[in-house]
Amino acid sequence: MNGAASSQIIIALAGNPNAGKTTLFNSLTGLRQKVANYPGVTVERKQGPWSVGERPAQIIDLPGLYSLDATSLDEQIASEVIQGKYAAEQKPDVVICVVDATNLERNLYLVTQIRELGIPVVIALTMIDVFERQKHEIDVDSLSRQLRTPIVAVNAKDGRGIDELERIVESLFDEKPSILDLPMPEEVSVGDNSRIFARYKFISNAVQESVRHNDQDSHRFSEKIDRVLTHRFFGLVILVGILLLVFQTIFSWSSVPMDLLEKGFGAAADFARDQLGPGMLTDLVADGIIAGVGGVVVFLPQILLLFFFISILEDTGYMARAAFLLDKLMSRIGLHGKAFLPLFSSFACAIPGIMATRTIENRRDRFATIMIAPFMSCSARLPVYTLMIAALFAGQSFFGFISVGAVLMLAMYALGIVVAIVAAFILKRTILSGPPPPFLMELPPYRVPNVRTVIQNMITRAWLFLKRAGTVILAISIVLWALMYFPRAEVSPAGTTAVVVDAQANTVEPLPESEQLKNSFAGRLGHLIEPVISPLGFDWKTGVALIASFAAREVLVSTLSIIYNVGKDENEESESLISAVRDAKREDGKPTWTPLTGLTLMVFFVLAMQCMSTLAVVRRETNSWRWPLFMMAYMTALAYVAALITYQGGRLLGFE
Amino acid sequence: MTLTELPVGQNARVTSVNGNSVIVHRLMEMGVIPGAAVEMVKTAPFGDPIEVRVRGYSLAMRKNEADSIEVSA
Repeated sequence: MNGAASSQIIIALAGNPNAGKTTLFNSLTGLRQKVANYPGVTVERKQGPWSVGERPAQIIDLPGLYSLDATSLDEQIASEVIQGKYAAEQKPDVVICVVDATNLERNLYLVTQIRELGIPVVIALTMIDVFERQKHEIDVDSLSRQLRTPIVAVNAKDGRGIDELERIVESLFDEKPSILDLPMPEEVSVGDNSRIFARYKFISNAVQESVRHNDQDSHRFSEKIDRVLTHRFFGLVILVGILLLVFQTIFSWSSVPMDLLEKGFGAAADFARDQLGPGMLTDLVADGIIAGVGGVVVFLPQILLLFFFISILEDTGYMARAAFLLDKLMSRIGLHGKAFLPLFSSFACAIPGIMATRTIENRRDRFATIMIAPFMSCSARLPVYTLMIAALFAGQSFFGFISVGAVLMLAMYALGIVVAIVAAFILKRTILSGPPPPFLMELPPYRVPNVRTVIQNMITRAWLFLKRAGTVILAISIVLWALMYFPRAEVSPAGTTAVVVDAQANTVEPLPESEQLKNSFAGRLGHLIEPVISPLGFDWKTGVALIASFAAREVLVSTLSIIYNVGKDENEESESLISAVRDAKREDGKPTWTPLTGLTLMVFFVLAMQCMSTLAVVRRETNSWRWPLFMMAYMTALAYVAALITYQGGRLLGFE
Repeated sequence: MTLTELPVGQNARVTSVNGNSVIVHRLMEMGVIPGAAVEMVKTAPFGDPIEVRVRGYSLAMRKNEADSIEVSA
């Protein structure tokens, strides 16, 4: 990975979760950091440039870990990198170990482990301002002597200690420290774990010599907050309230920038059409690339807002409390409390959700969470729900004041959640069954979130999202466009397509867009699957849109708008697409869309696996094709059966 | 008695950690070793997991794990 091994200095940033590692990393590298994944897994690898003295260096921000004896995938990679055992990574020259001053003993445990291996370590002591505000006293020099390890008190906010950190890292290049050799305790009745005793004994002695604790308990602040936030009753009420607030805000705040983005892409497509003139290239750019990529990029505001809230909830320490509150409920269906965050994220997008499962130590729990995450109604389903509701249920209400649309929307979210619960329950009792895994989770003290960390996190996520839109989605868009664009004529003789189009234009009327679609590869596919989907009440045109939407759900809306020949950059709110859906007729003259077929389509979209990118992430995350294929099969089968029941059941009840 | 049986708000000292070796190892690495002081802070709304304070930080664990920790007041 790092080709110029001899010239490149590698510094690894290690430390316990919540020790302030990311904040320090951001302040050392700023915006120049690169985020990628470790090969084969979705554990994030963050790297950024730093200079030590005159020498350029690279800092790697490792995933948080409590011990070199890893229990999760995150920890395993961090541990292997530190020890130079990770194949794709150069052994770090120096490890900066971030230690939280307010939680010294447990944080120092990792330090002693690394020091025992003879790896050069400098301790970056964080949160010292908090520690001193709590009226504790710490003698850093004494602690450093006792631990036989250099310590620098750093403050990422005002830059205190950063220069000294650099100086000490530089000094460690030349004089390698001696291996820390801890005396084993005499009372050997503890078997394998005698090393743990020795380490904690060494740490306790060092801390006792150098730290004077204030008698008054310093953690009371967090405990007071917790009295409310993890209260038996209010804790749960507040949790539900926070979730509602987050969703409400995501959907309401993002509507303005999303409309702007949509208009922007529409304008870009028009501009391309004007500049390039009619032709295949124009169609490719305007209908394929701009419409396809644009349809996905409009979700950027929602993604940004979701990560804004997730960062804040995580940074304040609330996310761990949510897991604490919900673990019992989650364990009833066989999941871990930590599955809450991934599932919650999946309401925005299953991809970050699935990536967030890597904090779940147990493989079976993790896989079960991955397999149900796509049932959470993600933001890509929203345009589909919105279109169907606006076209078929607008203005209707129950009892005159409860909007049918709102109830349906809520019902779709609820359906996904209920199915996810049932699916997890079954998975954990069949192919993923096993003994309940240990649940051990730190509840970090409440802290004011670091603005820079939150913003940095949002930028990173936005960039990863845009990169995906520019690669995977771009490729899929072009393929879909080609499937709908070709072949251009009934019988296409050898020769360039452009000539065929021209010849056609000279002799006969150019094919209207809908006729072209019927004749295209996609249209033929639609006809091919019509027997399969007609029991669901769908015609071949819907079939085309369904096939296209297997790449990404929101593609359904843009495909429908092409199919109904109402222009090419209609968004789901546009009057014309909505009226086109209302007016669409089958070949026998009956309307294509009734409230029943609309509902059937929505049910199908709640449950079906229609997202290439999710499947790709599942493939990478589980490191096999078996799981994504299984996911695709079981979700789609479930969606089909549920849609069938909805449609046929509805007809039995007298609906059309 | 086990840590599960320790009443909320009470302090105790760990006397032994038994059971499944993986979880014992991790518990001890997190600082729950014989001789360490622990305080039972609270129980989650549905009765499980529990929150304990050890070495100045809060650790949540299920009763299943707490059962493997012997304490004495």
